[in-house]
Amino acid sequence: MDSLTNYLFVSVVLFALGLYGVITRRNGVAVLMGVELILNSANINFLAFARFGGMNMAGHVFALFVIVLAAAEAAVALAIIINIFNNFHTINVDDVSELKQ
Amino acid sequence: MITGNIITDFSLLILFLPLVAFTINIFFGKRLPRQGDWVSIGAILITLILSLSMLLNMFMNWDPDFSHEAKFIWMDLGAFKIELGFWVDNITIVMLVVVSLISSMTHIFSLEYLKGDIRYSRYYAYLGLFTFSMNGIVLANNLISLYIFWELVGVSSYLLIAHWFEKPSAAAAGKKAFLTNRVGDIGFFIGIMLMFTAIGSFNIQEVFTGVGQGLIGGTLLTFAGIGLFMGAVGKSSQFPLHIWLPDAMEGPTPVSALMHAATMVAAGVYLTVRLFPLFSPDALLVIAYVGGFTALFAASIAITQNDIKKVLAYSTISQLGYMILAVGVGNYIAAFFHLLTHAMFKACLFYGSGSVIHAMHHSLHALDDHDTDPQDMRNMGGFKSKMPITYLTMIIATLAISGVPFFSGFLSKDAILAGSLGFAQHYPQHFLLPVFGFGAAAITAFYMFRLIFMTFHGEAKMPKVFKGIHESPRVMTFPLMLLSGLSIFIFYTLPYLNPLSDHGWFTELIRAGDSVVPGNPTAHEIGEGVHHAHYTAMALSLLVAGLGIGLSYLMYLKKKLSAEVWANKMGFLYKLSYNKYYFDENYDRFLYQPFLKLSRAVAYVDWDLYDKYFINGFGRVTKWLSFHTGRIDYDGLDQSIVDGIGRTAQGFGKQLKQVQTGRLQNYMLFALVGVIIILVIQTI
Repeated sequence: MDSLTNYLFVSVVLFALGLYGVITRRNGVAVLMGVELILNSANINFLAFARFGGMNMAGHVFALFVIVLAAAEAAVALAIIINIFNNFHTINVDDVSELKQ
Repeated sequence: MITGNIITDFSLLILFLPLVAFTINIFFGKRLPRQGDWVSIGAILITLILSLSMLLNMFMNWDPDFSHEAKFIWMDLGAFKIELGFWVDNITIVMLVVVSLISSMTHIFSLEYLKGDIRYSRYYAYLGLFTFSMNGIVLANNLISLYIFWELVGVSSYLLIAHWFEKPSAAAAGKKAFLTNRVGDIGFFIGIMLMFTAIGSFNIQEVFTGVGQGLIGGTLLTFAGIGLFMGAVGKSSQFPLHIWLPDAMEGPTPVSALMHAATMVAAGVYLTVRLFPLFSPDALLVIAYVGGFTALFAASIAITQNDIKKVLAYSTISQLGYMILAVGVGNYIAAFFHLLTHAMFKACLFYGSGSVIHAMHHSLHALDDHDTDPQDMRNMGGFKSKMPITYLTMIIATLAISGVPFFSGFLSKDAILAGSLGFAQHYPQHFLLPVFGFGAAAITAFYMFRLIFMTFHGEAKMPKVFKGIHESPRVMTFPLMLLSGLSIFIFYTLPYLNPLSDHGWFTELIRAGDSVVPGNPTAHEIGEGVHHAHYTAMALSLLVAGLGIGLSYLMYLKKKLSAEVWANKMGFLYKLSYNKYYFDENYDRFLYQPFLKLSRAVAYVDWDLYDKYFINGFGRVTKWLSFHTGRIDYDGLDQSIVDGIGRTAQGFGKQLKQVQTGRLQNYMLFALVGVIIILVIQTI
């Protein structure tokens, strides 16, 4: 049970779910949540390879960086979404297509 | 002062002062007080004073061999140099005095004569230009600057003849003078170039040396001489280029006096005098015959003319012929002597005629009569009592020109006649030359007294006009008195007082130089011949002058012989003379008309054939070609290739922009698909 494949399997499932959320969700916040899922699947990959790939603490450090980045990214993305809402009165990403030619 | 040499300085001032006056007057004349006439008069009077002081200097030095040359290099072209400069000798000095004296008199005379003229300041400016150019001819030491000033004189003559260019006849006369002179000048230029090619220098004295060394000789020298002489034929109005001078009388009378009697037309004589040493015997013979024939021929026309100025014009041509004749027979000092005396009395005669015309003009103007010709002698008569000063001065000048003893003309004419007689004694086959000379002398005396009698004696032909005739004001009579005074023999024979001999300062200070052409008689031999013929010539000339005057007296004063009857008796000859031998008509028929026809034919070929078909054809072909290359360029190249690139880019853009949906998820999907494709490719 304690093998790399299992961890990677969980990571793939998480990634697929996140991607699905990003692509299908219309709500901006939901899209953001999908992105968080993808990031977390990447974290799992880092840790799994750190544990089974003999990389010692490098994977952990990377995972920590990713978490910090994810927090920052979430803050920035939420700020963008608030701005979108202020300008368009919606957070539906399909309606925000001003730059479309 | 300027150059360190007093003679050069004086020459420079004499030359350029009139030019300064010209420049000032032509640009600012109209804005100056009195229209700037005082500028010109001041300049010319200073010139006169300078010339007179040079004359005085000549008397003080009393050096017959005086010669001074000053020159500088104008153009250095390596192979040859062109110099400008002055050659001053006694002949130059005397000529300078003549030019500046007559020119000053003209300036003064014109004060009244041209009063109120519309182009008053311009007239004075042109007088300055003329004086400058004439002095340039006199002072020139080389043929090229001589030629330049020669042309300048031609231009100023043109400008002054056509002064009243509103009159078509005056404009035409100016043009005629210019063009006729042009014919002579071509010969002149050819002569200069022949000399230059053979000798390699334009400097007159170097040319003499070159001719003496035999660098040019034989027929070529004769041609060069005749070429140079052609310039004189044009300028001095000799047969067959004499036609312009009578027409030139369209100019203001003071101008006629200055240029077309005393100085400019004498330039040709001056030229032949200056260049005498280089003429070959054959060239001299041509010169003698041209001169002699002109003297007689022009005199015979003067007999029948009724226009007072025309008579004087033909008389001038005749007298110039005399001078040319004297050069031809080798007695060129006599030619220059006659130039000097003739300048005085002929200028005086012209001023006299100007005075008469002026009086006539004013009288006619007062009567509001604009149809009567104020120059026609048939409208005059009896003016003696009304214009005593003009009458007396003109009588003196007439006596001088007729060759009556005690007057200057006698001395110079006698010298010329003696020269031609001496020449004929030496070469009996040329007996015609003295015949020309004496014949012309008789006729001259006749027509000059005819002029005097018709104008001043007898009854007034138009009493109404006669009443309005007045003596001219002082500024006009002063030049008359001065110049008639200078027609007295004493001014030319000092320090001797023999009225029958030309022996005096002139003959002592101005000596004939030897010809440099081998084979020509020396000055001494010519002098001997003249000396031998002297008494015969004097007796003969007195006889012919008396004959002429007597005949004129009987015909026009006593009316013993009727002029009309004589004219009818010699109807053919009279008509010939009256119509000036139909020269203008024949030139018109045989020269101008064929020439015009030729010009028209050439113009036809040039314009209608060459231009229309060839030149315009070029144009048409070019137009056609341009049109089609334009089509290819615009329609083909521009539309398809240049615009095509643009269109292609546009099309691509249109297609590509559809990818830009604006949907976030789409982009994401694309990115995912892209990643998958890359992964797939990598795994394969």
